[in-house]
Amino acid sequence: MLRDITIGQYYQEDSVIHRLDPRVKLAGTVLYIVLLFAFEGIFGYIMAALALFIVVKLTRIPFKYMIRGLKPVVMILMITVFFNLFLTPGQVLVVLWKLTITKEGIIIAGKMAIRLCLLIISASVMTLTTTPNQLTDGLEKSMGFLNKAKVPVHEISMMMSIALRFIPILLEETDKIMKAQIARGADFETGGLIKRAKALVPLLVPLFIAAFRRANDLAMAMEARCYRGGDGRTKMKPLIYKKEDRIAYAIMMGYILILLIARVVCGLR
Amino acid sequence: MGIIRTDKLAYEYIRRDEEGNPEGITRAIDGVSIDIVPGEFVAILGHNGSGKSTFAKHINSILHATEGTVWVDGKDVADPDNVWDVRQTAGMVFQNPDNQIIGQIVEEDVGFGPENMGVPTKEIWERVEESLKAVHMYKYKDKSPNKLSGGQKQRVSIAGVLAMHPKCIILDEPTAMLDPGGRKEVIRAVRALNQVENITVLLITHYMDEVIYADRVLVMDKGRIALQGTPKEVFSQVERLKELRLDVPQEILLARSLNEMGISIPENILGVKEMAQCIAQEYFG
Ligand SMILES: Nc1ncnc2c1ncn2[C@@H]1O[C@H](COP(=O)(O)OP(=O)(O)OP(=O)(O)O)[C@@H](O)[C@H]1O
Ligand SMILES: [Mg+2]
Repeated sequence: MLRDITIGQYYQEDSVIHRLDPRVKLAGTVLYIVLLFAFEGIFGYIMAALALFIVVKLTRIPFKYMIRGLKPVVMILMITVFFNLFLTPGQVLVVLWKLTITKEGIIIAGKMAIRLCLLIISASVMTLTTTPNQLTDGLEKSMGFLNKAKVPVHEISMMMSIALRFIPILLEETDKIMKAQIARGADFETGGLIKRAKALVPLLVPLFIAAFRRANDLAMAMEARCYRGGDGRTKMKPLIYKKEDRIAYAIMMGYILILLIARVVCGLR
Repeated sequence: MGIIRTDKLAYEYIRRDEEGNPEGITRAIDGVSIDIVPGEFVAILGHNGSGKSTFAKHINSILHATEGTVWVDGKDVADPDNVWDVRQTAGMVFQNPDNQIIGQIVEEDVGFGPENMGVPTKEIWERVEESLKAVHMYKYKDKSPNKLSGGQKQRVSIAGVLAMHPKCIILDEPTAMLDPGGRKEVIRAVRALNQVENITVLLITHYMDEVIYADRVLVMDKGRIALQGTPKEVFSQVERLKELRLDVPQEILLARSLNEMGISIPENILGVKEMAQCIAQEYFG
């Protein structure tokens, strides 16, 4: 059940997207999300969906697998849609008891849903095609300028990469503890919110203890392998831009240009 | 002088109550002096809590001695200037493979040590390749560690240490969490390193059958070295081993019983095959 969460996990495949420099993918994702909010007309959405579709095809990751990653955020999506649907003032279409659905509400809720889906898929494309190490290397290198402001960039990116590495292990452990508790008669499924929250306590306590023990062991193992922070460290896979990466940047520029021209010349948004 | 040498090493843990006030001390290591020569394969046995792990952590400068001194390749591990040299000379493999693999991909994990040491990129790749080949894990270099079996993960951990080009490897119960197949894989890899690459090995274990290939066995009890010698010497002291709460290998117990029955068999044979041969010889002439 918990293993269905695919956000933040790497999917091994040999594709153009996998081979791109992580900085390109980072920049691309950020740019994509910004554009998603800047061009919120029908045209913008069609372009965004099309672009994402092409990228997803290029990754060679089964679309089904990617969609599975959306499951855990369905709840957030529903809440957003719900509030937008019922709480937007405007031309009333349907009245359900005290709740009213307006035309504006439907439009905003629909847009919101599309936008969130695109956003989450685009973010998961990045994490699915980039190993955490590459991802954090990319972040470390693109954020390097923050070092001057005394931000511990290397340490932060190392923390992120370890967190990502341990997500599947901790999930597996949660599953195990849950099964052990269920076998002893614990009930996580029924009852009200408070009862369910209470049922989680005996799950969280052993989980936290196990996580701390793991962290301790890991810190020791890292030190034993001469880890001493970012200074004087070399890279096994240093980031160097290749031809493909330049082409990818060019394509991004082209994408922005098309959107801008369509807006300025044809008034499409 | 040996590659690992300790002189009257002692270590005390401070036990604390729930508020964190000290309530007593545990003397986990109590006057251990050993000398391990380069290329030696030394096994350490001992029941739970006898101080094996605590001892191992001193060699890697993870714990610092309360009394006494440890030298690795002639360098005093207590000197802060030596810490990184020592950790590179004496690599350490721990019990739980999941808690020591840092990389998301096998090859990235093996490269972690050399990266920390500041080895140039090109050489890191060479080291990763040769280390993975040495433990026969090269074909898994692109895999996620989560998809490997326990024995394979442990061999990756060994490769990770090898890539740092150590002169000596300390393994703290590397097979404790593995199935019999995984245990064999790991022990075979360790023996190969010792014999082919001539790396000094210090193997801590609970399993008697893993120490038969060792040049020397040390048995620890209450933080002291209670018994030492070649595997055959150590295992022939059945009563003493029982006193130290260790399981005596079945072969030796069998030899004992046979002797009592009047069939004369040497009491220091290890390994099922050797045993069978010996019985066959005795019985059928
Ligand atoms: N962090 C600690 N704090 C306090 N006491 C400790 C700590 N770690 C170990 N000890 C104590 O030190 C003694 C030796 O422990 P150590 O872990 O070295 O034994 P071991 O021989 O490795 O045992 P095992 O076979 O279970 O791994 C034990 O009595 C143990 O209770
Ligand atoms: Mg131990």
